[in-house]
Amino acid sequence: MGKKNLFGLASLVVVLLVVPHLLGNPYYLGVLVWCGIYGLVCMGLSLFMGYCGQISLGHAGFCALGAYISGILTTRFGFSPWPALGVAMLASLLVAFVVGLPTLRLKGHYLAMATLGFGMIIFVAAGGDPFGLTGGPSGFWGIPKLSVFGVVLDSEVKWYYFVWAVVLVCLVALLNIVHSRVGRALRSIHGGEPAAKAMGVHTARYKTQTFLLSAALGSLAGSFYAHYVGFVNPHPFGLNFSIHLLTMVVVGGMTNLWGAIAGTALLTILTRYFRVFMDWGVFFDGFILVIIMLVFPEGLFVGAARRLGGFVSRKRSTGVPGQASRQAAGGG
Amino acid sequence: MDNILRVESLRKNFGGVVALDGLTFEVQKGAIKSIIGPNGAGKTTLFNIISGMYRPSSGGVWFLGESITGSPPYVTAKRGISRTFQNLQLFANMTVRENVMVGRHCRTKTGFLRSALRLPGAAKEEKRTAAEAMDILRFVGLEESAQRGASTLPFGKQRVVEMARALATDPKLLLLDEPASGLNLRETEEIGRLIQKIRDTGKTIIVVEHDMSLVMAISEEVLVLDHGRRIAEGPPRSIQKHPEVLRVYLGEEIPHAQSPES
Ligand SMILES: Nc1ncnc2c1ncn2[C@@H]1O[C@H](COP(=O)(O)OP(=O)(O)OP(=O)(O)O)[C@@H](O)[C@H]1O
Ligand SMILES: [Mg+2]
Repeated sequence: MGKKNLFGLASLVVVLLVVPHLLGNPYYLGVLVWCGIYGLVCMGLSLFMGYCGQISLGHAGFCALGAYISGILTTRFGFSPWPALGVAMLASLLVAFVVGLPTLRLKGHYLAMATLGFGMIIFVAAGGDPFGLTGGPSGFWGIPKLSVFGVVLDSEVKWYYFVWAVVLVCLVALLNIVHSRVGRALRSIHGGEPAAKAMGVHTARYKTQTFLLSAALGSLAGSFYAHYVGFVNPHPFGLNFSIHLLTMVVVGGMTNLWGAIAGTALLTILTRYFRVFMDWGVFFDGFILVIIMLVFPEGLFVGAARRLGGFVSRKRSTGVPGQASRQAAGGG
Repeated sequence: MDNILRVESLRKNFGGVVALDGLTFEVQKGAIKSIIGPNGAGKTTLFNIISGMYRPSSGGVWFLGESITGSPPYVTAKRGISRTFQNLQLFANMTVRENVMVGRHCRTKTGFLRSALRLPGAAKEEKRTAAEAMDILRFVGLEESAQRGASTLPFGKQRVVEMARALATDPKLLLLDEPASGLNLRETEEIGRLIQKIRDTGKTIIVVEHDMSLVMAISEEVLVLDHGRRIAEGPPRSIQKHPEVLRVYLGEEIPHAQSPES
């Protein structure tokens, strides 16, 4: 990973350390906890969508699996949170394998369709409660707190540091992947599958592995969600949420992991600070998706940088066309 | 005889369309063999089958004496077969050097876990891959363009990048699908020289090409296809005079520097 990413990571750490001291109200810190939890899912999705060029419409389902399995195992079967989280993740991997294996070998939108179906099945199953475990539409309470190295995460501040530490670790790992042989292989799939295959890239295997990785991150975020809130019900895990996740990734620029984090933070902060965004959630997601696709297909930040760059260079009339955008796009 | 590739009774149907109709031929080790034939003769289909993109309907392909019939591309690439595409298929989302580095994929092995943790071995392999890519770019004369976005190069150079990327897989057999299509005269000559230079490093090359002057200049042997069948095969001089070949090309002159299609 290049200097840019190291600089980016250092800046992020500084911002993360400074921000809590600037925010008086714990509610605001809570918003940043949500940014971190969603950020985990969105990083995985970014790898899958932006680098691999695939679409998942069901990642809410993996979050739900994580949340419910963590919740059920800890409240009803006496599991401690960490083993429960591990079981949830394994289960999500298994489900992702079953959903992904047949469809990722196919071309086109089979996977989008399969994940859409999977997300709906999980949502309906959580609400219908066929085995008397999920508490039906109203869900259930009493999910115990998570503790890390003996520290019980019982405040916003503790969750904030914990979640963002996990985000940072995952971000470093994913950046490493992106800037490696594996990352190039993934981007080659996006760049053109026939050529990727001709170069010996086992495209089906890479797509499956990336899907599994993104499912595991979704499950992890879901488990955190359950322990953070202490309560789960089906409502947050519907198709709307899958689309919301997709929107956050796309806003930031899906071919860039930093974009996924930035897009997640932007939309999460907007939604949590301004009630309109919350009330009109689906509407805004749809609206934003259309605008981004039409105006800033590379994401808001890169797109805006390009616009700005184009504007500046036109004014000075010295810039090399495309220079600004190429530099801006080189960061991921 | 020392053949590197043997294709036997190869057949490929697409629904009712017979793209290859019992094709049999061999390629000598170290040769440049050209395959010509009118549009739709089945040349690209043949490449798609040899490289494992398509499965043949029947018949077989032997590479270095072993059957590779129906082997997927990631297997044939590892065995030593690489290719370029008739319609350019560069990774537009990458730089020139990254494109070539993808070519090293089948010769390297760092996976998800090792790259995520950036183990020393992974970092070393990455460095080596970058250096190898630069060597190949130097070989084809594109080292200056290494850091440019692949799609920002002029078309002629993009064709060369595709060849560099194919070379990066360290192939024993290189399949070039219309390497000169869309190139001007000077570029065509350059690509001809490059193809010969690659052959001189000990590689075997099959070239599908419409530009007859290029075919005549570089090939040891020419195979003429029509409707998925072999209608003539031999040294370039004899092919030029072959009555069947002249008939297939409608009694006209063999087309010269035909314009690119698709
Ligand atoms: N994927 C496919 N599906 C259906 N038909 C195909 C497919 N690929 C090739 N064909 C058909 O097979 C025949 C041979 O096509 P092919 O592309 O191999 O010809 P070609 O010799 O490469 O022609 P050209 O000189 O135009 O590149 C054509 O009739 C074509 O329409
Ligand atoms: Mg063709």
